[in-house]
Amino acid sequence: MADPILQLNDVRTHFPVHEGFLVKRQTGTVKAVDGVSLALMPGEVLGLVGESGCGKSTLARTIMQLIPATGGSVILEGRNLTAGSTEEVRAARRDLQMVFQDPFASLNPRLTAFAAIAEPLVVHKTCPPDQVAQRVAELMTLVGLSPRYMQRYPHEFSGGQRQRIAIARALALQPKVIVADEPVSALDVSIQAQILNLLSQLTRQMHLSLVFIAHDLSVVKHISDRVAVMYLGKIVELGPAVEVIERPRHPYTRALVSAIPTPNPDVERTRQRMVLPGDPPSPLNPPAGCAFHPRCPYAQDKCKAGVPPLEQVGGREVACVRINEI
Amino acid sequence: MPLLAVNDLRTWFHTRSGVYRAVDGVSFAVDRGETLGIVGESGSGKSVTCYSLMGLVPQPPGRIESGTAMFDDIDLLHCTPAEARAIRGKRIAMIFQDPMTSLNPYLRISEQLIEPLLIHESITRRAALDRALEALNAVGINDAAKRIHAYPHEFSGGMRQRVMIAMALITRPELLIADEPTTALDVTVQAQILELIKRLQQQYGMAVIFITHDLGVISGLCDRVQVMYAGRIVETADTRSLFYQPRHPYTRALQRSIPAMQPKGGDLYTIPGLPPDLSKPLPGCAFADRCEQATERCRRETPQLLPVQAGHEQACLRVQAGEI
Repeated sequence: MADPILQLNDVRTHFPVHEGFLVKRQTGTVKAVDGVSLALMPGEVLGLVGESGCGKSTLARTIMQLIPATGGSVILEGRNLTAGSTEEVRAARRDLQMVFQDPFASLNPRLTAFAAIAEPLVVHKTCPPDQVAQRVAELMTLVGLSPRYMQRYPHEFSGGQRQRIAIARALALQPKVIVADEPVSALDVSIQAQILNLLSQLTRQMHLSLVFIAHDLSVVKHISDRVAVMYLGKIVELGPAVEVIERPRHPYTRALVSAIPTPNPDVERTRQRMVLPGDPPSPLNPPAGCAFHPRCPYAQDKCKAGVPPLEQVGGREVACVRINEI
Repeated sequence: MPLLAVNDLRTWFHTRSGVYRAVDGVSFAVDRGETLGIVGESGSGKSVTCYSLMGLVPQPPGRIESGTAMFDDIDLLHCTPAEARAIRGKRIAMIFQDPMTSLNPYLRISEQLIEPLLIHESITRRAALDRALEALNAVGINDAAKRIHAYPHEFSGGMRQRVMIAMALITRPELLIADEPTTALDVTVQAQILELIKRLQQQYGMAVIFITHDLGVISGLCDRVQVMYAGRIVETADTRSLFYQPRHPYTRALQRSIPAMQPKGGDLYTIPGLPPDLSKPLPGCAFADRCEQATERCRRETPQLLPVQAGHEQACLRVQAGEI
């Protein structure tokens, strides 16, 4: 088996919480990402799902080194980014790029499409200055934009076109890994389909690895090879996308899958929903033991005793102590 | 007689860059106790339609160019402000997408909950507070007695949406307009809110207009669905027919482009191009430029919404001609 291109070992991202007016004291810790281990293979699309506040975006930013990890390591092709110097991290960014959710916020309104896409080429000096324009034109064509629009500003583009610019910018340095944080959540369904097709074509063509974050399970199932489900900073289930979403094992994944409304009236009218009580707990004060136990219909006393580790169960990994009983 | 009958509603926005025809000739009816879903992408006019009914379209730049909306003998579009006030918030209530921006952050939720009662009913503060407490219990807020005096920021997103629902339903409206009420929420919380709306609707027997862009949400909730595109209704049918026998090319394309209705692996079907610019007059069908089956005639003639079978209407010239 090939070596993973990106490896996360027990990554933790904790934020201290300070209180007090003149004298600040640390009163708590938000464990946004708490012990995540993952391996991403070359050319693989890994979906990362979970509800808001589960730490999926923090994990994405930690992989990108936009937020420093407080523990564990992020290893990109043998280079340990968490221990690396600023220069090393900067060099590694050539191989590791990010696409954000909101293309309205992630593009500088004062830069033309040309300037936005050329910026990484200029910063990293990967392209001789006289060839920048040609390279930008190639990139725009690659993502399905006409190079004629090179001198336009972001406000002259629609949401879907802006997301294409953001993708072209991320592809400019020919990265090996792209982390896409909810890249289609802000788009309409018909535009969403265009961007999803573009992303899967690009990963196939350029042999890119993609970490695809979304809250929409049907989108994740469509695009991903494997999927990781997060709850309160931890991965609770990890396995092949179709398997996990069609036959979820962890009670939280089951609830998540059962909560998605399907566009099929007959199914929708007869199905039994597993409606979870309450909201996800605060990561500032997570429940003891399995973080899901207060909302879990299968919880027992032993669920409160200790944090369940991710364990191999029939071709996937699940973190539930009662997995063989339910 | 339907509870609400909208006829030929046109809401245009007169902006410096032109006349933007946000809603352009929309007619529909809602019966008592019925749930009508309105689906469409952003800019299709689904929200503006409902804002027009509620008198919430800013005028100027907006203007209601034509149409009537009969709600029990009263035309919502042409009644006096006093008549409108007597209906709005009492007989027709509305909930919005983002519960954080639609609640007043400076007021305790108790004050906001009893406001419609104090306006519309001759009731004492004390009795109103009792009703508010009852309403909070009905939407499933635990510890309602304690939490009723809290401020909106002390609630989570799902809880705020429950408060919004409690506030909307406290006057027992006959019609509830819900404008993407679950779009800002997580799926597990969305499931709770949808169950809640369904339960309360059955309990109170009210009609609901549910606006959303999510075909999945519609399928389990609504009796009837209408699909909007570029300010017009392109198809309307009972939910099963719309999902299992969609006729209009746009409805079909929309269903084919969502991952949940596609087999995994292959590429998703995509609708080429972008929705039309509504500030330019559209001769012919608004979808023609993006439609695979469009002909010369589609670009020339404006299609009308006509029945294909009982209770199922659609606006495609070629389907009407029996060509597709």
